[in-house]
Amino acid sequence: MSVTRRGVPPDTPAPGGAYDVVVVGAGVVGCAIARELARHPLRVALVEASGDIGEGSSKANTAILHTGFDAVPGTLESRMVREGGRLLAAYAEETGIPVERVGALLVAWDEEQLAALPRLADKARRNGYHRTRPLSAAELYAREPCLGPGALGALEVPDEAIVCPWTTPLAYATQAVRSGVDLHLDCPVEEVRPGGAAEPHRLVTRRGVLRTRFLVNACGLYADAFDALLGRKDFTVTPRRGQLVVFDKFARELVRHILLPVPGALGKGVLIAPTVYGNVMLGPTAEDLTDKAATGSTAEGLAALRAQGRRILPGLLDEEVTAVYAGLRAATGAEDYRVAAHPELRYVTVGGIRSTGLTASLALGRHTVELLAGAGLELGPERPLAPVRMPNLGEAFPRPYRDAGLIARDPAYGTIVCHCERVTLGEIRDALASTVPPASLDGLRRRTRARAGRCQGFSCGAAVRSLFEEGVR
Amino acid sequence: MSDGPGVPGGADPSGGRLERAVDVLVVGGGPAGLAAAARLAVAGAGRVEVLERDRAAGGVPRHCGRGGFGGFTGPVFARRAVRAAVRAGAAVRTGAGATGWAGPLTVEVTAPTGPERITARAVVLATGARERPRSARLVPGTRPAGVLSTGELQQSVELFGLRGGRIGRRAVVVGSDPVARHAARTLRGAGVTVVATVADRPYGPRLGGGPVLRGATVVELVGRGRLSGVVVRGADGRTGLLRCDTLVFTGDWLPDHELARSGGVPLDPGTRGPSVDPGLRTSVPGVFAAGNLLRGVEPAVVAAAEGRTVADAVHAHLAGAPWPGPGVPLRAEGALRHLSPGRLPVGPAAGPAPTVLLRPAERLPAPLLTVRQGDRLLYECRVPALLEPHRSLRHPAHWAVDADPTGGAVTLRLAAEDGTVPV
Ligand SMILES: Cc1cc2nc3c(=O)[nH]c(=O)nc-3n(C[C@H](O)[C@H](O)[C@H](O)COP(=O)(O)OP(=O)(O)OC[C@H]3O[C@@H](n4cnc5c(N)ncnc54)[C@H](O)[C@@H]3O)c2cc1C
Ligand SMILES: Cc1cc2nc3c(=O)[nH]c(=O)nc-3n(C[C@H](O)[C@H](O)[C@H](O)COP(=O)(O)OP(=O)(O)OC[C@H]3O[C@@H](n4cnc5c(N)ncnc54)[C@H](O)[C@@H]3O)c2cc1C
Repeated sequence: MSVTRRGVPPDTPAPGGAYDVVVVGAGVVGCAIARELARHPLRVALVEASGDIGEGSSKANTAILHTGFDAVPGTLESRMVREGGRLLAAYAEETGIPVERVGALLVAWDEEQLAALPRLADKARRNGYHRTRPLSAAELYAREPCLGPGALGALEVPDEAIVCPWTTPLAYATQAVRSGVDLHLDCPVEEVRPGGAAEPHRLVTRRGVLRTRFLVNACGLYADAFDALLGRKDFTVTPRRGQLVVFDKFARELVRHILLPVPGALGKGVLIAPTVYGNVMLGPTAEDLTDKAATGSTAEGLAALRAQGRRILPGLLDEEVTAVYAGLRAATGAEDYRVAAHPELRYVTVGGIRSTGLTASLALGRHTVELLAGAGLELGPERPLAPVRMPNLGEAFPRPYRDAGLIARDPAYGTIVCHCERVTLGEIRDALASTVPPASLDGLRRRTRARAGRCQGFSCGAAVRSLFEEGVR
Repeated sequence: MSDGPGVPGGADPSGGRLERAVDVLVVGGGPAGLAAAARLAVAGAGRVEVLERDRAAGGVPRHCGRGGFGGFTGPVFARRAVRAAVRAGAAVRTGAGATGWAGPLTVEVTAPTGPERITARAVVLATGARERPRSARLVPGTRPAGVLSTGELQQSVELFGLRGGRIGRRAVVVGSDPVARHAARTLRGAGVTVVATVADRPYGPRLGGGPVLRGATVVELVGRGRLSGVVVRGADGRTGLLRCDTLVFTGDWLPDHELARSGGVPLDPGTRGPSVDPGLRTSVPGVFAAGNLLRGVEPAVVAAAEGRTVADAVHAHLAGAPWPGPGVPLRAEGALRHLSPGRLPVGPAAGPAPTVLLRPAERLPAPLLTVRQGDRLLYECRVPALLEPHRSLRHPAHWAVDADPTGGAVTLRLAAEDGTVPV
């Protein structure tokens, strides 16, 4: 087990051998696949182009743990979201990933949307979800007193939840590495020389050549480009940008549920959702682009979000904005994922994981391992994974700065460094020494919340940076 | 962890949280909080304790390594303020941050010695102000490294000794206030080239050495990983790319009102700081506020003077003086951005004319100041000075005695020379 960031990746852990499986792409999907493979006595590597896990779409989403009520019935996505949602909820409890089951309300603002609600309830049933409930306008306003005027009613989906999108892939990667997976970061795969029947594939990375018997493409937005390295042209990924605005924690009391738009003729609309960090998020936009690196925000996008947000929750716009970001969904023109096994190539593509991949990740991990087995990979016996317990980043669960016993044992947990988010020296020290340590201040933020708060570093930025660069003394 | 006398109290058996009581708890060890604590301790207010969440007390001046603080450099000003408070007998605790409330006058604290609950007879909030960050300014573009505020820049240079490439090579400063000049000077002193200062206002004080683009705004950030440039729209509406790896957003102050607000202390709609009367009493009996928390940045000596003002009101409160009524609210209109304090006792209760700080929204040559209560004109006067948006005007409210305590809000209005309000 190891995490490497430089040097030629050690592709021959056993004399003369290659990896059994290399998973390319350490987003939430690739990490989940690597973790699932780690249950078996296999030599597995997770290979990632950037310097950290979860640096792609997985770091910039709306962080909702879906029930799958509105998926297209009968699709793989529908099944993966339904199964993955349950698996992740259980996994979160076991490993300390913060989840809050706040429930969702699909709010109807006109007669057309109101008329659509029973159809959505029916679709939910076809997706195996039976707990939706219609709410009258009066019931809706009793639930959400700060909602803007003019809502006509809602459909309640009580099991929609919010989850920490940063801890989730980190937990998978941590558990995979602790269970024996090699994680090679800063290691983009640039060329694949497919092996013959008895020969392993040779992956040419920027850091050297890796050999593997089986190969998994979990490249997110670049899944089509990676397919092309193996001569496959099954689909094209079109990035669909989603800009998001995160409001100050003082906005949290304005909203109790995830407020979802009712999809309709006028497009998809935006949602307002609490975050597990105690903020409120508004977004996302949906813009079809061509540039897979276009993760910037735009003046038009932000203005449109604010206009929609003001209508849904007028008080929201009176609060300060804490963060603005944008993520790219991997749209492929299909109303489903693009998952395919290519047994002749000992290769599985897990692509087109568009806007539900966080929820579906654990189910996709299982499904991919089944596909690998179907393609000829001998899994061998299953063994328990190394245990993990993640540091809690959620507001709804105990945080170290208030824990008398913890501080008595180690005063570093009583030394707050990032005051807005109440992140202590002990938590920063732990993150820097963790199994998959951060490679940047952003990586440290995603592991601790340091510098993620309303001051954005005015008070603590220099101190956090010094701890990151000089280490905790 | 304590610069002052030892900490009395006993452990709370249930949660392991230390429960303690003091006479005055001052939250924030900057110029305002320290001045309040020094004066209260000298006056024999009992146990006066200052909580400072940073490693050292002194507040912002600690990392302003230059003159302009009542004849001293910032760090010297900060040290003198700490020494004065400690000598007077106040307990100045560092590394101890107030994180919330457990009761009307009970503050939750985290320190390396453990969590505490401190109950006080009076709580003075002096938590300062911060600059509005890039995100809250809704400046579009990517999210690269190299984007910071003056506060972070000054701490990086003055407290952590970063120089040159550790900060960046080419910097752009954003802002029209004197703090933009301070940021540029700090950058140059650290060996960073200041490419330009982008000042949204077309006029203003002298700004940092490099070129100053007046009436210009940053409309987009460019670069992944590290900032590579900013798109600037000039006064003429044309846009261009300035290559830089560092961008410092200065000014645009926000009161650090988190603790005040989470304790249910009502805010002034204009300043977004706690609503206070001239004694700096908030609307919550026993809770006071002073310094930049009230309305963003004023010079350190002003914050310190407010610390002394609040000390007198705290002293009276401890001696049993009744908590005064709210007084009448003051509202800012026209080219007046905000004012403080935002509530005044008027009529027979007015007392000697309290000073109201008026902050103009624009540059105003000799503007007209009018004060009305409903339809009644209380005061009108041409201000014989050039007002600037980065400076406050001290206005003695002689008219307070003439106002009606039951007559509702008093509006103060600034208008340009010709009577119109500039937009
Ligand atoms: C705005 C938005 C909102 C969303 N909201 C939700 C939500 O609320 N709930 C939910 O469940 N899902 C949501 N999603 C979807 C979810 O974020 C994605 O489905 C998920 O993150 C996809 O994960 P991934 O691992 O497939 O892709 P990524 O996270 O993009 O990971 C792919 C990785 O592959 C690496 N890579 C690519 N090419 C190579 C190569 N050649 N060599 C090495 N490495 C390579 C990349 O560097 C990247 O790290 C949302 C998405 C967006 C954009
Ligand atoms: C960049 C910059 C340059 C400046 N230049 C000048 C100048 O040249 N000349 C001049 O006169 N003035 C200058 N000023 C203004 C001057 O620094 C301030 O007016 C003064 O520091 C205000 O004092 P204060 O006590 O209100 O707030 P601060 O100095 O901000 O002190 C507030 C203190 O409270 C602490 N605190 C906050 N919350 C908590 C909590 N919950 N628990 C415990 N502690 C807490 C903070 O850590 C901080 O130490 C400048 C300000 C800045 C930001």
